[in-house]
Amino acid sequence: MIANHGYKDGSGEYYISIDTDKCSLCAEHGCLDGCPGQVFEIEFDDWDEEVATVRARERNKLKQICAACKPVSGRLVRLPCQIACGSEAITHSW
Amino acid sequence: MITVGIDSGNRNTKAVVLKDGQVVGKALILTGFDANESAGQAYELALKAAQVSPEEVVAVVSTGVGRNEVKFAQEIITEIGSAAKGARYFVPTVNTIIDLGAEEGRAIKLTADGKIADFASNEKCAAGAGSFVESMARALQTAPEEMGPLSMKYTKEVPMNAQCVVFAESEVVSLIHQKTPKEDIARAVHDGVSNRVSSMVRRVGLLDDLALIGGPGRNRGLVQSLKDDLQKEIKVPEDPDYVSALGAALYAMEIA
Amino acid sequence: MSENETKEYWRWKEYNWKNPDIPDWRGSMVTAGVDVGSTSSQAVIMVDGQLYAFSNMRTGSDSPSSAIDAINWAMEGTGLALEDISFTVGTGYGRVNVPFANKAVTEIACHARGANFMYGPTVRTLLDMGGQDCKAIHCDERGKVTSFLMNDKCAAGTGRGMEVFANLLAVPIEEVGDMSLSVEEEPAPVSSTCVVFAKTEATGLLRAGWSKEKVLAAYCSAMASRVVSLLERNGMEKDFAITGGIAKNSGVVKRIERILGIEALKPNYDTQIAGALGGALFAKALAEKSNKGKIAGR
Repeated sequence: MIANHGYKDGSGEYYISIDTDKCSLCAEHGCLDGCPGQVFEIEFDDWDEEVATVRARERNKLKQICAACKPVSGRLVRLPCQIACGSEAITHSW
Repeated sequence: MITVGIDSGNRNTKAVVLKDGQVVGKALILTGFDANESAGQAYELALKAAQVSPEEVVAVVSTGVGRNEVKFAQEIITEIGSAAKGARYFVPTVNTIIDLGAEEGRAIKLTADGKIADFASNEKCAAGAGSFVESMARALQTAPEEMGPLSMKYTKEVPMNAQCVVFAESEVVSLIHQKTPKEDIARAVHDGVSNRVSSMVRRVGLLDDLALIGGPGRNRGLVQSLKDDLQKEIKVPEDPDYVSALGAALYAMEIA
Repeated sequence: MSENETKEYWRWKEYNWKNPDIPDWRGSMVTAGVDVGSTSSQAVIMVDGQLYAFSNMRTGSDSPSSAIDAINWAMEGTGLALEDISFTVGTGYGRVNVPFANKAVTEIACHARGANFMYGPTVRTLLDMGGQDCKAIHCDERGKVTSFLMNDKCAAGTGRGMEVFANLLAVPIEEVGDMSLSVEEEPAPVSSTCVVFAKTEATGLLRAGWSKEKVLAAYCSAMASRVVSLLERNGMEKDFAITGGIAKNSGVVKRIERILGIEALKPNYDTQIAGALGGALFAKALAEKSNKGKIAGR
């Protein structure tokens, strides 16, 4: 499943997408410490698989939390969370 | 030499009259249905305050969201440009500017010689702008100007989850029902705006010399939340709402 | 706040329903799903996998009592008591606060499952337009979610946003859709996404002489194009169905269909019960799996 966590508001679309099919096979969970904003956590989904998700209380402020990793100029090609995820399960919409 | 800068905002229209680089008159009125008409009224009021006749004015420059509507201006300047010029006038060393309006907000980073290095802005979502505080004041049944003083007396941090004006109104009402003190709610409201504004500042890169301009700069509670969030001193000019109009008047001097 | 206004244009009808074709539940397996949303709550009771009764009401001040009120109202006149229900799934925003539930399942999974039952296994794309959120869900023929996207940050594209407009124009919420379709020529959509800015824009349009119908048309059309962009981001495939409160607003539904060039499947049930219905279906499967599927009334 592709889980898109985030929102769209007047200023744009801010979604972190997690491919839970890739993610459920991962044991390292590099995303937990790899994100400076600590937005990820591991949960059991509705089919009892261990997958990463974006913390519920952070889902509405991704634009703000991720701002530090996304400067107006000189943005990294791969973000810290993407580097930390060994399964290449994380993508950002903006 | 006399020049005038006009800032046609969503909420207010401001005019500043400069005589040889010194402010000699200013005026602020609500922006009406017709932005050009409001600009004309603000212009006349500012000239009257400065005791200057229209014939003496060498150049008029307009800025703000309605800048293109101001028909009697010779030249226009973007909000970013006028904010940079105006802020530098008050704080010559400023390198990061937070410019807040009723319906928009932006963070601007300047180079050492005052050129614009980077900027981030929000004008599409009401939650990151000054009117957010006004909407919440209404929900709290408090005058908007009371929000700052209330917030300064907060005792407890209350989390506010809603990021949207519409949802935050209901959240404030439910906080009132839970008997949360108004002071704590006011602080939570300012912390919310501050979080959203700070993220723009972090996107352009936070430097040391920070200034806040625009009407919301009068709100001490908001300024305090921003200071706590960014962990930096923030300079606020005495009349923060006139800074962009002043920047436009300074630009008028350059082109005259 | 709208709650204090003398006339409540946003208010919609709360009701309960009992399936006349199922005379009795005794001797069958009874399961339930309770969807406690931010704005509305529903309880669905199924008897041997068939829809038996449901309730649809506004969520009260706290989730546990809303859940209890919803299930009690659904059970009204059926002779059922809580202990007759072998398995209950809680879902929705308040799912962990359903005191009598055996398990909590996310609303995304429940919606897909419920829609699979309501619209049949051909449904692939679901748009759920709720009171305070909007979800785009893509699912397979078993009603299992393959991708989803939810937006609960922003009031644009939600029932709450529509309520704000109903209040602004003093039009009862249930009449908004038909009124918006009565315009002779479709106006350009309201340009602001943000509800606050759209409200300012609408006030300006009214001042400029636009009729209420035309302003509503412009707003419904803006809402439609906004949710279509969410659907497109998540993946759009036939068949397509709309659930939630806004699915009852013909002005938004017709415009979504127009933009997509696809007709939405016509609902045979109340579009607001999809989540609770999915919950009751999950409850049935879980009850059978855990051998808790006791037979009621024995």
